[in-house]
Amino acid sequence: MTYSVEIKQLDLAFGSVKVLQGLDLNINEGEFLVLLGSSGCGKSTLLNCIAGLLEITDGQIYIKGENVTWAEPSERGIGMVFQSYALYPQMTVKGNLSFGLKNAKVPKDEIEKRVARAAEILQIGPLLDRKPGALSGGQRQRVAIGRALVRDVDVFLFDEPLSNLDAKLRVDLRVELKRLHNQLENTMIYVTHDQIEAMTLADRIAIMKGGQIMQLASPDEIYNRPRNLYVADFIGSPSMNFIEGHLEGGNFKVDDMVLPMDGYEFVAPQTADRPATIGIRPEHVVTGELVRNTPLKFSVDIDLVEPMGSDTLVYAQLGRHPFRIRMDGQARVNVGETIEIGVDPSRASLFDKATEDRL
Amino acid sequence: MVDATVNAQSGPRGPKPKRVMSSTNIIIYGTLFVVCLYYLLPLYVMIVTSLKGMPEIRLGNIFGPPVEVTFEPWVKAWSEACTGINCEGLSRGFWNSVWILVPSVIISIAIASVNGYALANWRFKGSEVFFTILIFGAFIPYQVMIYPIVIILRESGEGITWFLRLFNEDASAFRLMGSLSGLVIVHTIFGMPILTLLFRNYFTSVPEELFKAARVDGAGFWGIYFRIMLPMSLPIFVVAMILQVTGIWNDFLFGVIYTKPETYPMTVQLNNIVNSVQGVKEYNVNMAATLLTGLVPLIIYFASGKLFVRGIAAGAVKG
Amino acid sequence: MAVTDTGQTGAGAKKPSPLFKNLTAKIAAIPMIMTALVVFIGCTLWTIYHSFTKSRLLPAPDRWVGLENYERLWSENRWIVSIENLAIYGACSLILSLVIGFILAALLDRKIRFENTIRTIILYPFALSFVVTGLVWQWILNPQLGLQNVVRGWGWETFTFDPINNADIVIYGILIAGIWQGSGFVMVLLLAGMRGIDEDVWKASRVEGIPAWKTYIFIVIPMMRPVFVTALVIISAGIIKVYDLVVAQTSGGPGIASEVPAKYVIEKMFTSQNLGLGFAASTMMLLSVLVVLIPWAYLEFGGKKNG
Ligand SMILES: Nc1ncnc2c1ncn2[C@@H]1O[C@H](COP(=O)(O)OP(=O)(O)OP(=O)(O)O)[C@@H](O)[C@H]1O
Ligand SMILES: [Mg+2]
Repeated sequence: MTYSVEIKQLDLAFGSVKVLQGLDLNINEGEFLVLLGSSGCGKSTLLNCIAGLLEITDGQIYIKGENVTWAEPSERGIGMVFQSYALYPQMTVKGNLSFGLKNAKVPKDEIEKRVARAAEILQIGPLLDRKPGALSGGQRQRVAIGRALVRDVDVFLFDEPLSNLDAKLRVDLRVELKRLHNQLENTMIYVTHDQIEAMTLADRIAIMKGGQIMQLASPDEIYNRPRNLYVADFIGSPSMNFIEGHLEGGNFKVDDMVLPMDGYEFVAPQTADRPATIGIRPEHVVTGELVRNTPLKFSVDIDLVEPMGSDTLVYAQLGRHPFRIRMDGQARVNVGETIEIGVDPSRASLFDKATEDRL
Repeated sequence: MVDATVNAQSGPRGPKPKRVMSSTNIIIYGTLFVVCLYYLLPLYVMIVTSLKGMPEIRLGNIFGPPVEVTFEPWVKAWSEACTGINCEGLSRGFWNSVWILVPSVIISIAIASVNGYALANWRFKGSEVFFTILIFGAFIPYQVMIYPIVIILRESGEGITWFLRLFNEDASAFRLMGSLSGLVIVHTIFGMPILTLLFRNYFTSVPEELFKAARVDGAGFWGIYFRIMLPMSLPIFVVAMILQVTGIWNDFLFGVIYTKPETYPMTVQLNNIVNSVQGVKEYNVNMAATLLTGLVPLIIYFASGKLFVRGIAAGAVKG
Repeated sequence: MAVTDTGQTGAGAKKPSPLFKNLTAKIAAIPMIMTALVVFIGCTLWTIYHSFTKSRLLPAPDRWVGLENYERLWSENRWIVSIENLAIYGACSLILSLVIGFILAALLDRKIRFENTIRTIILYPFALSFVVTGLVWQWILNPQLGLQNVVRGWGWETFTFDPINNADIVIYGILIAGIWQGSGFVMVLLLAGMRGIDEDVWKASRVEGIPAWKTYIFIVIPMMRPVFVTALVIISAGIIKVYDLVVAQTSGGPGIASEVPAKYVIEKMFTSQNLGLGFAASTMMLLSVLVVLIPWAYLEFGGKKNG
């Protein structure tokens, strides 16, 4: 089968600084792939390489099975949407939409047709004769998407398209984008450092760090079975609780506690004893009546309570270890109190302390 | 202690002082008033002198306003004043300057803007090196390069003549040295560092994503230059134009060296008229001529306001 | 899943030759490249080389004479006077335009009214040609009819200020004109630098009760160091080029009292047809620019590369 986008052993360096190293990535036809990572990890760089806006140092890039490693951006069948919208300020919306088509010498009536169709899909028909300066942020971003849309490209590239918008608009446009993807069924590669965007939009997420892909998997897999400590720590807010200890005969030992890990799915069936770190998401901790049914039970002392409306964030102390718990918004807990909490080992994660890989 | 109270009242950079007449303000405004007088004085002297008759000048006070206003000196300066045996007035110099100015401004800006654009958006190996040489070149005294350029202009003129005669036996000799076209080339060369810097800095400040978007849309080097960059950089072109018009109009050195008497620009002719040793000195005509020569840059200066400041400040910003 | 090499190759499979990469940009930059290489480097080297030859009416590249031109140059009175004048003019002009420029900038910085008008007035001479400036001041300083005459007319019969005809002070006459024309530019430059300083500095010094003049001297000036350096370099480059002003105002006179190197070079090359001396003199001018430029470039760019 042919991938929509195929990246082989991609290297990219700015002078002596290696930003991407030996990167492999295959993206399926019609897939919505999100590149997620902290600032400076090379997400935009990777996207620009795919677009042909950066000259790569080594490696190959295929789009629809065709080697486009050295092709011009416009010859690659890609459309790109930028964070700052990058609309041509002196052209009308219509001019912006048709600029690429004019460069490609598409006949006039065909341009009219495609612009009309894109305007209809994105609901920007009434704005066609305005200049970008007279549009709101959301409208500008729609025009920017339209610019990629009219060119009938195979692959859409998005570089943090929503991060210049205010919170509410961002949610609206996110939903619209998802709808658009369902409607068009194009391949979309989407860069963001917003986890919620990544989780809600993606078919698969690629978590990047230092120019390498840490994990490439479905949002569900990344959330529930992070492949290493970095991914586990990066995904989820508030982030996972980590406690260092020892894995011994299928039990996790920390201080004088022994936690039986019954129900935990190890990556390798027979995992040898070793120093390890257990990771427990704050929202996977249960309290109150429910504690009775969980295999692992602890008591913690409450340090600080942050009510956030929908839920309550509790900072507590588990022995010597700080421990965050996400409780219901209605939870009544007080600082200084000691409460019982329970954890299901099947929802926890274990990592090798040395390699930081999932056990 | 006194300082402190004064400070509390007028406050450095505070909100606009309400009490106009604090003692600090009197000093500040007084000083500025005197300073303005000093700067305005020569302009005033030029104007009143040019409106007086010679007898009045000989008897009177250089700062005194004209008793009897006459425009005779202006007419004379424009159409009759002599340089040596030639008595055509400044008008010829004016038109020479115009013919030098128009192509020089257009060509130098066209070339420098493309250079700046290439340096900002299409860097290639070595482009920064050439740019650095260009910027340092701006500091080399013209005297160092002036003579070899004479040779280059003369030789290329002859080269072009030879080339033309390949096709047409009787083609007249093509001259760069001593002609207006040669001077245009010289102005283009020496205007290049500052203009290239100006345009490079401007185009660098245009968001890179705009450039990337245009490339994805299939526009090439010239497509992006003409369709995207040009339409959004009118202000910087105006700044460049102000810079070049005043610079080229005010040039004296290149005019002396690279032209001949028939093609002297206005500044050179002005100098020759005023400093000619023959005849009685007619100070009113001289000042009228001086004012006439200064008029073009002055009009541009007063009309352009802030843009002129932006233009000269461009010379100061680092690349 | 094994990577399926489809074997299909598009136009983009081949890496373009580095020479043709960005070809249009390279072609478009040819005027710049030519200017940099042929004019700025080529012509400069040509002149330096010929300053060691016995060129008189025509360049004589094959008649190498070593340092002879330089020895003659430095034994010539006119050149020595030129250098002295440049030194006096340069030092005074540098100090005065920086001081005046700074004071004016500080005054204009005090949120005064009519700031734009005043700035326009102070800066307008900068728009004028040096020739115009020189001729106006020649007229104002005219001993019989100008300033001196007016002051005497006011009753101060012995007042003498004749920098046009007095060889001892003629260079100061040119200095007055030069300052008049250039100080506005320095002011604009420094004012821009002053405006770039964080407003909070002023708030802080006000809270601590430091008087304004002290704030300027001990806080603002040190913070404006880069702007001062830039101004210094630009003024210095301008000073060495001084030519038109002298030609227009005094023609180098009386006698040779107001000669400057730039004028010396032009005359040796184009009127007295002693090219070798002209080349040697212009090389000396280049050398003096380098004395200013190299330390500046080192401070400005040298540190960055290593850092
Ligand atoms: N033109 C360049 N020259 C040198 N280094 C660069 C250049 N562009 C990017 N880098 C470096 O490459 C690394 C990756 O940059 P990139 O823009 O891809 O990050 P990013 O993941 O998109 O981050 P962000 O979320 O902040 O956009 C960064 O460390 C950056 O400093
Ligand atoms: Mg980025």
